[in-house]
Amino acid sequence: MNAIFDVRNLKRTFGGLAVTNDVSLSMAPGDRVALIGPNGAGKTTFVNLVTGNLLPNSGSVALGGEDVTRLGPTERVRRGLVRSFQVTRLFSEMTPEEHVALAILQREGRTGRMFASHRAMPDVMDEVHALLARLGIAHLARHRVSEIAYGQQRLLELALALALKPRVLLLDEPAAGVPQSDTARIEQAIADLPADLAVLMIEHDMDLVFRFARRVVVLAAGEIIFDGSPDAVTKDARVRQAYLGSYAYARSVA
Amino acid sequence: MALTMNTETLSTARDRRARLTRDAVGVLVILAVAVLGYLLFPNNLALLTRITAIALLVLSLDLVTGYCGVATLGHAALFGAGAYGAGIAAAHFGITDPIAMLAVGVVAGALAGLVSGAVVLRAHGLPQLVLSIAIIHLAHEAANKASGWTGGSDGLAGIMPDAVFGLYPFDLWGRTAYVFGIVLLIAAFVILRQIVRSPFGMLCRGIKQDPLRVRAMGASVHGTLIRMYAISGAVAGAGGALNALSTQVVGLDSLSFTLSAEALVMLVLGGTGSLYGALIGTLSFLWFEDVVSAANPFHWLTIVGALLIAVVLFAPKGLYGSLAALLERRGRTDR
Repeated sequence: MNAIFDVRNLKRTFGGLAVTNDVSLSMAPGDRVALIGPNGAGKTTFVNLVTGNLLPNSGSVALGGEDVTRLGPTERVRRGLVRSFQVTRLFSEMTPEEHVALAILQREGRTGRMFASHRAMPDVMDEVHALLARLGIAHLARHRVSEIAYGQQRLLELALALALKPRVLLLDEPAAGVPQSDTARIEQAIADLPADLAVLMIEHDMDLVFRFARRVVVLAAGEIIFDGSPDAVTKDARVRQAYLGSYAYARSVA
Repeated sequence: MALTMNTETLSTARDRRARLTRDAVGVLVILAVAVLGYLLFPNNLALLTRITAIALLVLSLDLVTGYCGVATLGHAALFGAGAYGAGIAAAHFGITDPIAMLAVGVVAGALAGLVSGAVVLRAHGLPQLVLSIAIIHLAHEAANKASGWTGGSDGLAGIMPDAVFGLYPFDLWGRTAYVFGIVLLIAAFVILRQIVRSPFGMLCRGIKQDPLRVRAMGASVHGTLIRMYAISGAVAGAGGALNALSTQVVGLDSLSFTLSAEALVMLVLGGTGSLYGALIGTLSFLWFEDVVSAANPFHWLTIVGALLIAVVLFAPKGLYGSLAALLERRGRTDR
């Protein structure tokens, strides 16, 4: 397999407790993988290890064949590993247009420019508006982020990630906290992600997981206990015991 | 497609015109205030020139505090570096051309910005504030001890700048210094308007609001802030050099904690995160201080303190920030 993202035997302990224990996960371009697991399974630690916000005790992370285990978060982003946040992190005083322009300029290494305005760069502005239109928030381009609805902020969060043209995208609960009426829009945006992009979604909402993922990875107590198709995951005895057992509807599946 | 491209280009052109208009208005307002000051207070040009020099310091502070969110009470170190740089160049090295002295001040300020930025940016929040205080005290003490170069507590004298372009000598009434200062302030204002609006300026505003988000975009927070600190130092250094040129002495007060703290007060008074706020804050604070200290030499500090409390309580965004917010609200209800 031609892996774009390859995590091998990742291990991280906090005071003797292995929060991530020998985790391996590989993805090819175009993969749609959901990472699930009960609270405290180590999902957040895993994301922090992968993005470079935490250093592992052992193991490695590779992007497109290059070992990035010792690189910091910004270096990994520049190599195409981009994440979205579970709780929206946006610049409340800035507009969606400025957000996306900043991400595009950063991708192109143009954020050091001091005597130009992004509005005077037609190539950037065209891309900004195309991207905002794709996510259905073009009409909000010049509103302050603090003035727009949470569901639309989540869409902007996606737009920001896409503007960086990632090769691997980590979506951390992309629909968390979004009112029911807006989730369809977000799901559509996720379904429309570029076909060659490898996407790893960390998600609690099992309906969303089953609609999105072609592969499900289950993390429990820091270890991967399942890696396979969405159909197989509900039938797996260990998974049901560790995780799905707590979901009422899982019983009806079984 | 061609149609959307066309409207896009049109709106870009319209944006640019709107920006240029706003900048031109800003420059005209500064110019108008400067001319008014010249006509109303022809015998007090020294004070007006000092206000201009301090305005450069407050603009410089706004770059790091207002636009980047760095807390500092040591910003006069950058101003003092510019003042002593220009002064020492003139008094010890015979560099007496005003433009050359200004250039030395700008470079000295930028270097001081790099050094203090490298120290201050190691920490965040209160520890950052403490580091900045340490820097201004160290700088003050260093200038005091190196009296062979700086004149110590007597101040650095013997600064005799040549005529500007060989044509306009620095006169007893301070006319040349005043015009020189206003031209310098307008130049700085125009350049800084470009910078705060540029992609770099946008990145700085992003860092102020959420550095983690900026890192997740792949941008270097520390590198960006250090660059802004150097720019800020250059602006403060220009202010210091202007002060050295106009007063022809440099005292330890230009490197003092008091000046640093007052600059922050002026910035908060006018409104952080806006160049207009910095200018309005400086002008109103120093003008008010001058008027009140003349009217009531015994209680003027009390009155200044009361004014500040009133502004912070009733207009927390500062004079300009509150006015801008009010106008924005008005504009929205009218729409």
